[in-house]
Amino acid sequence: MIEVRFHGRGGQGAVVASTILAEAYALEGKWVQGFPFFGVERRGAPVTAYTRASDKKIRSRVQIYEPDYVVVLERNLISSVDVTKGLKKLLLINAPDDQDLGKLKDSHPDLKIARVNGTAIAIRNGLGSRTNPIINTAILGAFSKCSGTVSLGSVLAAIGGRIPAKSEANVRAATEAYKEVVIC
Amino acid sequence: MRMILTGNYCAAHGAKLSRAKVVAAYPITPQTTIVEKIASMVATGEYDAQYVPVESEHSAMAACIAAEMAGSRAFTATSSHGLAYMHEMLHWASGQRVPVVMPVVNRAIGPPWNIWVEHTDALSQRDTGWMQIFCESNQELLDTVIMAYKIAEDRRVLLPAMINVDAFYLSHTLENVDVPDQDKVDSFLPPYSIPFKLDVDDPLGFGHLIMPDGWMELRWEIERSMVRARKVIEEVQTEFNEVFGRSYSSIEPYRCEGAERVVVGMGTMTSTAKDAIDALRRKGERVGLIKMRTFRPFPGDEIVQLLDREGIERVGVMDRSTSFGSDSPLYGEIKSALYGRSDVMINGYVIGLGGREIKVDDVASILKDLEVGERGRVKWWGLKIEGESGDEMKSEAKHGPD
Repeated sequence: MIEVRFHGRGGQGAVVASTILAEAYALEGKWVQGFPFFGVERRGAPVTAYTRASDKKIRSRVQIYEPDYVVVLERNLISSVDVTKGLKKLLLINAPDDQDLGKLKDSHPDLKIARVNGTAIAIRNGLGSRTNPIINTAILGAFSKCSGTVSLGSVLAAIGGRIPAKSEANVRAATEAYKEVVIC
Repeated sequence: MRMILTGNYCAAHGAKLSRAKVVAAYPITPQTTIVEKIASMVATGEYDAQYVPVESEHSAMAACIAAEMAGSRAFTATSSHGLAYMHEMLHWASGQRVPVVMPVVNRAIGPPWNIWVEHTDALSQRDTGWMQIFCESNQELLDTVIMAYKIAEDRRVLLPAMINVDAFYLSHTLENVDVPDQDKVDSFLPPYSIPFKLDVDDPLGFGHLIMPDGWMELRWEIERSMVRARKVIEEVQTEFNEVFGRSYSSIEPYRCEGAERVVVGMGTMTSTAKDAIDALRRKGERVGLIKMRTFRPFPGDEIVQLLDREGIERVGVMDRSTSFGSDSPLYGEIKSALYGRSDVMINGYVIGLGGREIKVDDVASILKDLEVGERGRVKWWGLKIEGESGDEMKSEAKHGPD
């Protein structure tokens, strides 16, 4: 079983990211679940969403407490949300540089931390606005590369299936992020 | 067709595949995306139906009743406060013998406000004359909408059906779903027809006053149909399996062979519970699960026979609802079915109210409690009040106040 948790802010597309990822795993023949944190959502407030994938039918009907992977759509969330809680393998974060990530690395020596500048990729591909870039498709390209659990082709196909608008720009952003993601 | 769908979208597809021609609904969290999806499919022409955006749930059910009486298959969906508001019309639907089908996305009823899963909304409608079926997965929900029309419209039944859907765990969770082909559904579910309908060419009167000398017989008709429905439900589930290759039953035992202790539950908790049973079985514990799919008509005989056949000694009934001042609803039903027919030990556990999660460890701890537990107790499981559970409350009542 693969369990992924997304952290973002209301309006950034964390929930949509969890659904695209579920679709991508399903395209590879896996059983999946994709769901938001069962809470109340407001634009700008911290939002959590989840994806599960397994070769067997998934029976667990609880939220994810010990994810294999965590994806953070906005760097400044790490100061207010315990993004590494229960995390087992890898943290992928949208950040332009390594600032603040050193501390995370020091306090979690067993975790792999990956970084991609999803904001810059989204802006140069015209996704969202300069102040409100939509980076969920870019970050999924990066997730494909650094987790190795789902192919870029499946992610791109799922993006095409789930997001009819700006399909080409979204596919380009995911592909660029796939190439640019680095392990810190 | 294989798709990735939320439970709510499964409900919407179920309505469309069943060719419900009238949909009247009022939005309420967490049911909203069912009717949003339907409204959108109707607007684009993908789904041929009349969508009636009513001003309340009471009117939604009134519109569905009228539509069915006029000869159209009808669909609505609601949740929590919406269902409570619809209550009067629920009686009207069963009394008028219209086979409406309605998913209810189970949610706690306030105050204080709570949008999360609890079965109290549906179980409070126990005596309205509606059949009630609880679902464990999105696939089961989609399949059950289609089956429910066939069951409800069977001339031996002619009663409405409520399909219970755990809020968020199904309604807002995407899963792999096999959406049946329309042709196959058409061959399984015949076009809508009822014996008596509103027809200007053949006028009939409906909704009269009936004097005491006729009323009890009409109520007896409903009771008799509800009893017959038990057989019809099994028949339709068997036929569904033949056509679509997916098997359902009113009670579904899981690893009950040779089990000493079992838990019983309804809805998504039974899915998680299977993981708990597997883990305990690996350790050599003789434990099992009984998933209750049908709550009305209540499959009491089937439960008694199953417990007897498997030699099960101890039963823990998990209720995601409560009936203040008495046994929790499912526990009370099963205890009543067992009376005089079995001396198995049975305890009730009120758990997971208002969306509190029911985890593998919770199910395991209930099975552990059954090893040592005293018979005939209702315990509130996982209360965050130190030293309190249903147990202490009961002994307090026994000894009276200080």
